[in-house]
Amino acid sequence: MLSTIILVTGLMSYFFYRVLNAPPKPEPDSYLDNDDEIERQAPRA
Amino acid sequence: MSANKESWGSRVGLILAMAGNAVGLGNFLRFPVQAVQNGGGAFIIPYLVCFLVMGIPLLWIEWSMGRFGGKFGHHSTPFIVDTMHRNRLWKYIGVFGIWTNIAVASYYCYLESWTLSYVFHSIGGTFAGLDQNGVSAFFNEYVSLGESTFGIPYEPIVFFVICLLLNTWILSQGLAKGVERVAKIGMPLLILFGIFLAYKGFTITAGENGAINDSSVGLNFLWTPNFDELWSPSVWLAAAGQIFFTLSVGMGTIHCYASYVRSKDDIALNAMSAGWMNEFVEVVLGAAILIPISIGYLGVDGVTELVNSQGGLGLGFRTLPYLFYQWGDVLGAVAGVMWFGLLFFAGITSSLAMGTPWIGFLQDEFNWRRKPAAWSFGLIVLLLGMPTVLFFKYGVFDEYDYWAGTVSLVVFALFESILFAWVFGMNKGWREITSGADIKVPNFYKFIIKFITPLLLLWVFIGSLITPKGGDWTGALSNGWELDDSSIINKIKNSSLKRQLAEATDPEVIQQLQDTLFFVNASRTLLVAVFLSIALLVYIAYKKRVREGRI
Repeated sequence: MLSTIILVTGLMSYFFYRVLNAPPKPEPDSYLDNDDEIERQAPRA
Repeated sequence: MSANKESWGSRVGLILAMAGNAVGLGNFLRFPVQAVQNGGGAFIIPYLVCFLVMGIPLLWIEWSMGRFGGKFGHHSTPFIVDTMHRNRLWKYIGVFGIWTNIAVASYYCYLESWTLSYVFHSIGGTFAGLDQNGVSAFFNEYVSLGESTFGIPYEPIVFFVICLLLNTWILSQGLAKGVERVAKIGMPLLILFGIFLAYKGFTITAGENGAINDSSVGLNFLWTPNFDELWSPSVWLAAAGQIFFTLSVGMGTIHCYASYVRSKDDIALNAMSAGWMNEFVEVVLGAAILIPISIGYLGVDGVTELVNSQGGLGLGFRTLPYLFYQWGDVLGAVAGVMWFGLLFFAGITSSLAMGTPWIGFLQDEFNWRRKPAAWSFGLIVLLLGMPTVLFFKYGVFDEYDYWAGTVSLVVFALFESILFAWVFGMNKGWREITSGADIKVPNFYKFIIKFITPLLLLWVFIGSLITPKGGDWTGALSNGWELDDSSIINKIKNSSLKRQLAEATDPEVIQQLQDTLFFVNASRTLLVAVFLSIALLVYIAYKKRVREGRI
């Protein structure tokens, strides 16, 4: 029981950690949070 | 041009939404019961093997199919599979990916509404002072649309409608602002509530608060391996079946969610992260609540009897609310809110996923906007779900669950695994899985996806089609093949009901069985009609695409 619980919890934590620490892909990507901001590309006044 | 311009808000949000799609009521109510009935701790071996050789491959297949279809602007399975091969029939196989979701949502939202109602009943103290029979009677009264302790007429219908309105409203807010936001709130709360209840499940002490067993008795009952069961095909079939239910594969929801991921973004690691999160909720949290707490207070024999007569659903709704009150009125109410709250979050994150393929289909093919598409889903689910509410006692709910929530998943998964590995081609498929991957996908999975997964799925399908009586495969091979009533063939023939009718003598029982037979057949007809209607819509959409030169 204990070995299964440790294995499953460990693998879940490992993969989630890998997601959190994966380098972001060059934009535009699939996610709004990481996308270009419109203001950034607006011509300077 | 499609009106569908949606995207996910963040990668963590996508993973939580995918995990929420997978985590459902079955993680807490079905898995522990399956484990108890299929060899306890030994069940975990076939279960994990099936996860590795069937679950993970199917996750990768569905994520990559979805992302591939998304490149062409498709967000539902009929046209996602259509992009993978020229044969025009594939898109009609893809109908499963919309139909299953609508049919499952119709009864699943009703189940979800029970959990919502039970949260309020826990807060309102309905279960305080009731004995075990009282809580069980409350459940019977509830599903029979009887008298409500809140004084709300037709309370189950009211909660069903509230639940549907909530689902529909969230869906109408879009992926990032609706579905993802709920997953970001719901999943952490679900895990938090689960950890609290699992802690209680782990710390029951005999003699305290009326407990008759330490929690170790329940945990041993669940986890002690019975290795004799390991060689039984029925146990492997049960393990493979559980993997389907728990991962929500073969439904079309994963394809739909993944279709909003861009082609250069990772899916391999995302799939693993969401998949293992589901396993954590199921194996670690799900196994530590229902059975250990029940056995702590009712003993092994009592729980075995309840599991056999009521299943996990009965145990969760008829028994646990009573057991929680052994911890005192306040903690009993808090535990009730947490238990039904976590079931509600598990349910809503799944039912929201069921709405997205239909919405994506209407947006892509008929240029519907998100809001009307979401409300149309709510309306269809209401119409299709009402029979499960009104005729629950005639087995309509179970009929939907069997055909849409069980058989259809295996059929669609079998087709998609063949399409992906053999028709689309393993080389192209492998490129899709590994493109943009943030992890190294082991090469042996190429072999597993091509050979093992489709064969295992074929075996699961054939095993369900011709299940031998009592699950005795060895006996069936040597003594002649008599089909079990749970086999698909005998289900189609209504063998069990017909036998009960032949044996019944009481006119009241005969009437009840005849009514059940009628409603069972009517449910099937309705489900077939819905399937054909969606297939017709797919045909119309295809013709529209041809006219517009988009195909």
